[in-house]
Amino acid sequence: MTSPVAGPADFVTFPGAVRPTRHHWVDSYGVHIAVCEWGASENPPLFLVHGGSDFAGTFDVFAPLLAAAGWRVIAWDHRGHGDSDHAALYSWDADVRDALSVLDAITPDPVPVIAHSKGGGMMLQLAETLPLRMSKLVVIDGLPSPDPHPDVSDHEQRRFSSKNLAAWLDHRRNAAANFRKPGTLEELAKRRKRMNPRLSDEWLLYLASIGARKDADGWRWKLDPAIRFGGFGPWRPDWSLERLKTMTVPLLGLTATVEEEMGWGTNHKALEPYLPPGGRLVSFENTGHFIHIEHPRRVADMVLDFLA
Amino acid sequence: MTVFVAHNQVKLALHTLREGDGPSLLLLHALGEHSPGAVPAEFEAWPGRIFALDFTGHGASTVPGGGGYTAEVLMGDADSALWMTGPATVAGRGLGAYIALLIAGGRPELVRGAILLDGPGLAGGGDRPGPLNIRGVPGRSTTPDPFALVELSSDLRPPDYVTRFAELAALNSGLDPAIAVCGKSRPDWLKAVAATEGVREMGLAEALRAFAGARP
Repeated sequence: MTSPVAGPADFVTFPGAVRPTRHHWVDSYGVHIAVCEWGASENPPLFLVHGGSDFAGTFDVFAPLLAAAGWRVIAWDHRGHGDSDHAALYSWDADVRDALSVLDAITPDPVPVIAHSKGGGMMLQLAETLPLRMSKLVVIDGLPSPDPHPDVSDHEQRRFSSKNLAAWLDHRRNAAANFRKPGTLEELAKRRKRMNPRLSDEWLLYLASIGARKDADGWRWKLDPAIRFGGFGPWRPDWSLERLKTMTVPLLGLTATVEEEMGWGTNHKALEPYLPPGGRLVSFENTGHFIHIEHPRRVADMVLDFLA
Repeated sequence: MTVFVAHNQVKLALHTLREGDGPSLLLLHALGEHSPGAVPAEFEAWPGRIFALDFTGHGASTVPGGGGYTAEVLMGDADSALWMTGPATVAGRGLGAYIALLIAGGRPELVRGAILLDGPGLAGGGDRPGPLNIRGVPGRSTTPDPFALVELSSDLRPPDYVTRFAELAALNSGLDPAIAVCGKSRPDWLKAVAATEGVREMGLAEALRAFAGARP
């Protein structure tokens, strides 16, 4: 468990970015989850959920817009991400359980949730399992797809070759001794750019300054090196789609239109037949996977309107 | 003798039940069980060395905090054991049978035949999701880890996913059969596996003879 970083490296700033004003820990059955908040603590709670390989700090521009509108905005780092514990085990169900631990630590009441990418899939599962726990749900490029992109969560990767099976096992064998590659903040930002080519260099540099830690030999992303893309598992996307149809929590889905490495690949048209009653989809033209980072004001206004 | 093998943050207990020369046999226990303390009678006929692995959260292996068990991670446990033992025939009971199948597909060059036996955790959570649940278990530090019991008895095993491992084992191991189904239970995934090319239903004694003499 590392201490949460109170602020970014003081030489890196980004227009509109504000670090959370409060940090605390939630114990999820022995795994310490780093929780952070923006906005007055007496305001009604609103939860933000990040995607795979991300961390709560990716909301540093988006969250303050919601906090300014009168919400107590709460986000957390998933296990193995950001400042949360690097765990021995990772699974989809464990992530959903950790999410519920965080919600339970704040309030027993139904709460609104905004979730991005893999976080969206996780929170759909929570909404379907405990429909009275969530008042409204916004999913930003994280709805299931009949034809999932290679970067959907590991547990949905049913097609695999002997080569990627062996590569996954090789990674597990070395996980105990793996370290992330050190570098300057600029180098970390450049590496991240390969995954997120649409995000600006300035934003990625800021992200590196809050998502990496400084070791003696350079900066490293805090993300647990045991976590890697390219897993596999038995889950089928059509199971998620069938469940989606019957979900009762009011749903707003935002979808990207430009394919990206980390994108969810949601096919807007193909998804429409599976939307729950009253569910609404909004497609963002010429926009990639990080809709709330490309258009923070527009997304915030749309969300605030939906939550009103 | 017991040695500990690192798998991410977990220290896995790998027990040597019988030293010696000849082919190696690796035993994988069932859900909630741990490795036997001595060579079980039904494996006495094996002509070589015999090892037994305690899965994560079982026996003398680490109990991690906060759960997160998947069958795929336990396949990584078995792979960590094979790193120490070298090529081996893998015999699993219940959950261990399912893991034996996965690792036979994942490391066909190291698994000299997989033997699938009855035992707790054989069926898993079936081949499709049932009622939704969020399973939290109060933490404790002794084995078997209650998270392991809950999560590994509910993991899904759809036949088309599972048979892929059998196909890869048959294709890349050079063995025929590559997988021996020796138990009586046939959950859906095992029915599908038993019908896959390169898989044969046979008695345990016959399977041990076949794999002890196998030289791909």
